[in-house]
Amino acid sequence: MIRNSRRSFLARAGAAGSALWLAGCDRLAANSGFARWLSSSDRLTETVQRALTSRDGLAHEYSEADIAPSFRANGSINPQTPEYLAMRATDFRDWRLAIGGLVREPYALSLDEIRALPARTQITRHDCVEGWSAIGKWTGPLLGPLLERAGVDSAARFVVFRCLDNLGGVGMYYESIALEDAYHPQTILAHALNDQPLPVGNGAPLRVRLERMLGYKMAKYLVGIELVDSLAGIEGGKGGYWEDRGYQWFGGI
Amino acid sequence: MGDVSGTQAPASAIPARAESLSQPPMIPAPAPAWVIRRHRLPVRILHWINVVCLVVLLGSGLQIFNAHPALYWGDQSHFDDPLLKLGARTVGGELRGETRIGDARFDTTGFLGASREADGKLHARGFPSWLTIPALKNLAIGRDWHFTFAWIFLVNGTFYLLWTFASRHFASDLAPTRNDWRGFGRSVVDHLRFRHPKGEEATRYNVLQKLAYLGVILVLGPGIVLMGLAMSPYLGASLDWMVQAVGGRQSARTWHFLAAAGLVLFAFVHVFEVLVSGFWNNLRSMITGRYAVPVEEARHDPQQ
Repeated sequence: MIRNSRRSFLARAGAAGSALWLAGCDRLAANSGFARWLSSSDRLTETVQRALTSRDGLAHEYSEADIAPSFRANGSINPQTPEYLAMRATDFRDWRLAIGGLVREPYALSLDEIRALPARTQITRHDCVEGWSAIGKWTGPLLGPLLERAGVDSAARFVVFRCLDNLGGVGMYYESIALEDAYHPQTILAHALNDQPLPVGNGAPLRVRLERMLGYKMAKYLVGIELVDSLAGIEGGKGGYWEDRGYQWFGGI
Repeated sequence: MGDVSGTQAPASAIPARAESLSQPPMIPAPAPAWVIRRHRLPVRILHWINVVCLVVLLGSGLQIFNAHPALYWGDQSHFDDPLLKLGARTVGGELRGETRIGDARFDTTGFLGASREADGKLHARGFPSWLTIPALKNLAIGRDWHFTFAWIFLVNGTFYLLWTFASRHFASDLAPTRNDWRGFGRSVVDHLRFRHPKGEEATRYNVLQKLAYLGVILVLGPGIVLMGLAMSPYLGASLDWMVQAVGGRQSARTWHFLAAAGLVLFAFVHVFEVLVSGFWNNLRSMITGRYAVPVEEARHDPQQ
C-alpha cells in the first residue's frame, strides 16, 4: 500500500513537474523577445545548409516505378475565390501569368503559351512540412529563363509568387524565394502532374516546383511572379502566407 | 571521471589521493568512505545543457510528429501501410484513440491518438498535450523550438566529443578494458540484483554503464542528428547517398523517431540507476564534482 501510494505520488509529481515545465516553455515562447530568438535560428540553418550544398546541387530524381499511385493534395485543394472560379469555368482560357516587379520589361503568358515552351520533366519527392512525402512527375518550363526574358533588375533579391487562393478565407496565398533558388536547374513552373494537366487539388493551372524546399514554398494556383528587393511591404511582411503565421521562411528543412 | 580514474591503482594508494570523510582518524574504520572528484567541470556543464536540450527536443519533436502522426518505410509515405500510426476515430459518438503498429491495432484513448487537453475534452492528437512543446497544436512554434535547440545540442555534443577525446576521458574512463569484458556476465547479474559497486570499484564506470554511454554518445547522439538532417529536402541534394543508405527519407524519419525512443529509454534507465545507487551523492557529483565512494562491505566476514 505504501509502495502504491508512493508510486502514485511519484507519478503525480512527475506529471505535475512536466506540466509546470511545459507551461514554462509556453510562457517563454509567448515572450516576443524569446520568440524572436527562437525563430532566428532559421537564418543560421539557411546559411549553413547553403554553405554545405552546391548552388546547383540536384534533388534526387526517381523512376516511373516510384510514382505514388495518387499524389496527395494538401492545403488549398479547391479554391473558391470568384476570380479562380471564373477562370476555372472557362478552362483557364482567360488566365494569364504576369511577370513583373523589378524587371526591365514586364510581360504576361497564357496557359497555351506556357505549354508551348521548352519543358523539363522531373520525377521528384515532395516533402510536406507535416512530415509526409509523395513522389510525382512534374512537367513545365524552367523559371530562370522566364525571368531573364523580362530582364531582371540588379536590385532584385527575391521572387514573389502571387496566387489565386485564399486559404481558410483569410488573406491570399503568396510565397517568396531567394533569387538564387529561382535559377536552380530543377525550379520549374509545372503545368502537368504525371503527364496530365495539373489537377485543381495540386494547383491548376500552374504551380512552382522547388525540389529542395518543403511543400508550402511551392505556391499553387499561380497568377503572378514579382521581383522585389524586400519582402517587408508585402502582406504580413514575412515572405509568405505561412511565414506570416509563424512558419520558417527558408523552408529547406 | 575525475582524479581517480580507470587506472588500476592499488587500493592502498587511493585514500592518499582523496580526502577522508571519517572525522577522527583514531577510530579504526574497516573501510572509510572517501570523497573523490568524479566529474570534471566541462562534463558537468555540458551534461546539464544536454538535459535541457533533450527535454526541449523531445517535446518539440513530438509536437512536429503530431502534425502527421504516422511513420513509414521507404522514400515516400505509403499512407495505407504505415509502420506506426496514432489515429483517432469516432465510435458511437465518442472519440477513440487508436495506435496502429503494422497490422495490430490498440485502443489507446486518453494517451495516444486521442487525449484530453486543458479544456477537459478529448482531442484527436498523436501524443498528449502534456508531452508536447507547445502544449497545444502549433507546428510552426514547435519547429522553432526544435531547430534552435537542435543547434545547441549539436554544438554542445561536438564540444563534448572533442573534449572527451582530447582529455583522454574516452580512453581512460569510457572505453571498456579487457577486464571489463571479462566481468560482463557478473555486471549483468549485479545490475539485475540492484547491487552497486562499492569501494575502489565504484570509482570507475562498470562495463554496462560504459556500453550504455558509448551507445548514446557514439550511436544515438550522432545518429539522431544525421537522421534529422536526412529529412531536409535542401540537404538532400548533398546527402542523398546517406538518405538512400538508410532506406529513404521516410525511413530516415522513422530512424530519427527510433533514436529518440532509444534516448528516452536510456534516460529512464539512467535516472533509475541514479535514484537507486545514491541519488543525492550522484546528483552532487554532477553539480560540484564531489562523489562519496560507497563503503565496501566485508566480503568474507568470519562472524557469519
